[in-house]
Amino acid sequence: MTIEFNNETFRGDFTFSNSQRAIERFPFPFHEDKYMYAVNLEPHVAFRPGSVFEQPFDVDEHYVGEMNDRALVLNEDPLRCQSLPHMNIAGWDLLELIMTSKAASYPQWFELHQDGDRWHWINRPLGIDDTFTFMDNATLPYGPMEYILRQTQGDFAVLDQRENNLWMDAGMITTQADWSLDFDLGMNFMEWHGPVPLAHEMGIFDRALKFLLNVRQGQPARRLNWTMTVNPRLDTSPENYHKWGSDRMTVNADNVGELMHLRVELQSFWRLPRSNALVFPIRCFLISLQDLATVPKWGRRFHRVIRDLPNELADYKGLTITRPYVIEYMSQFDDGAETSPGIFAD
Amino acid sequence: MATKAHAPTTMIEVEVVAITVVSDIIKRFRFEPVDGQPLPVFGGGAHVVVEMQDGDTQRRNPYSIVSPPGTTDHYAVSVRRDDVGRGGSLYMHNSLQVGDRLFISHPVNLFPIDHRARKHLLIAGGIGITPFLSMMAQLEAEESHFELHLSVRSDGGFLDEIHEHYGKRGSFYRDDRGEVLPLAALLAGQPLGTHLYVCGPEGMLNWVLKSAHDAGWPSQNVHYERFLAPPIGTPYEVLLAVSNITVKVSAQQSMLEAIEAAGIDAPYMCRGGACGQCETKVLSFDGELLHNDHFLTDDEHAGGQKIMPCVSRFQGRELVLER
Repeated sequence: MTIEFNNETFRGDFTFSNSQRAIERFPFPFHEDKYMYAVNLEPHVAFRPGSVFEQPFDVDEHYVGEMNDRALVLNEDPLRCQSLPHMNIAGWDLLELIMTSKAASYPQWFELHQDGDRWHWINRPLGIDDTFTFMDNATLPYGPMEYILRQTQGDFAVLDQRENNLWMDAGMITTQADWSLDFDLGMNFMEWHGPVPLAHEMGIFDRALKFLLNVRQGQPARRLNWTMTVNPRLDTSPENYHKWGSDRMTVNADNVGELMHLRVELQSFWRLPRSNALVFPIRCFLISLQDLATVPKWGRRFHRVIRDLPNELADYKGLTITRPYVIEYMSQFDDGAETSPGIFAD
Repeated sequence: MATKAHAPTTMIEVEVVAITVVSDIIKRFRFEPVDGQPLPVFGGGAHVVVEMQDGDTQRRNPYSIVSPPGTTDHYAVSVRRDDVGRGGSLYMHNSLQVGDRLFISHPVNLFPIDHRARKHLLIAGGIGITPFLSMMAQLEAEESHFELHLSVRSDGGFLDEIHEHYGKRGSFYRDDRGEVLPLAALLAGQPLGTHLYVCGPEGMLNWVLKSAHDAGWPSQNVHYERFLAPPIGTPYEVLLAVSNITVKVSAQQSMLEAIEAAGIDAPYMCRGGACGQCETKVLSFDGELLHNDHFLTDDEHAGGQKIMPCVSRFQGRELVLER
């Protein structure tokens, strides 16, 4: 399997686009014609060759473009990547997990050669060829977490586990749906989920925390989450709200299919060995509504989901202003036909 | 071919490649992976669950990994023989032979190092030394500041090895010489940012935890591992309402083992009444729930709504669980 990496931007002229293959493998998040919160966790095991669920850490055509965008964000705002001192071991755990996974998943792009503590890492798409000493920070150009996450798609929260809780003590957050690592750093699980509507009352977070505290080494889990974004912009951070907040005012009936994007997060959960930390990758996939609607089942279903969404959730999902346009636009793809169960295209 | 009551992705098949006599009651077992693939890296303090086929009885006992965390070509566990226990340690001591194959779980760590600590104060009693063997290896590799204080009845076999590796960082207190662990002085004399870790017999554990609390140690700086072996009792029956089967629990078996033996994949982690993973809803009962866990609160024990089948038992006419 060969992929050409897109030469694309996620800001300014927004040259991002999905190929036909990327559309077909898009992780559509709705398994039925309606949406409500659920702790929809499943084992993160290889599933459906070619899908985004096949490899532990998926690499797709947007890899190089996303890494370029990440470098721009970090250059402007280094606090998007932070690690409290006690999380250094977790950073090495994470580097090992990603390097061994990627070398096994994509040997044409990534190679890892280990000679005791002396490691040689080759990343062909990004033109990296480094030799370093495992567990010796001085032998890498960045800390271990930052080093490997500048080469890995998706945001990463690295959570310390203690006192029967999880603590946001490290992370790399540059493609987030309007939340801030700098604000949440050092908070526990209940604290950083404070702003989410309805779910606390439903007991969702108590159940989710209990599950996460018990995630075991060798048995990662995953779930999908979603929101909406105007333009294919990865960096919708509170820090840069002044740059993207007004984008929603540009949406109208004529451009909604092109400008509005469904933003899906493939979240996974991994226990790290030496640190016992829990790492939480949040991989973002974007698709414009006009591309989404090329899959008939998704066009029908998405119309019904957005039309019937409770108002609190519509606000939380960034749809307050644009929802009428989205519903009107999507209605043309909904002929009322029944949809098949599950998330995949027919 | 015999069917196994475990999910293949979560268990690792290993071969016993060496059995070493550590003392008259402790043996060390060295396991190597049958498929030749490296075993998972683990953290200091981690354990594996060892699955044993002892005649008709399948046992699953947790044992701390005592080999160094960086080692992935083998794991070692040390097992103390318990002559009045349920038989798991007797099986390991008397029946298991070099060349035998068995299944172990992925490593699980319920007693991890807290990397916020400026110093690690490790206090162990007897076989409670086992989680500290891997922990010390990791702390040393990370160049962390630590000291071990080990209380033993007599020279149980670990002392020379620890002294050789760690020198003055290991202090030993032998009952047979009338030596006593100077707990009050240890707790009073630590620098700010010290974390305390304790593992040992119930009485010692409670003594150390209470002393630390009374000395004003913040609970966030105190870590302990309480491994409780499931106690022996009288046989009884449990009705599993979801599966709609009745399971017989023998005197030497835990309720969890009996449920597993019936082919039901029940959740578990520590198998010692500490972690809460196996918590099961009690739908109804006519008799007495014999709670032995440290997870549920006193109110929950009295409430009769929940039970931890890894260590708790039942006596009476009928028990119905949501499983």
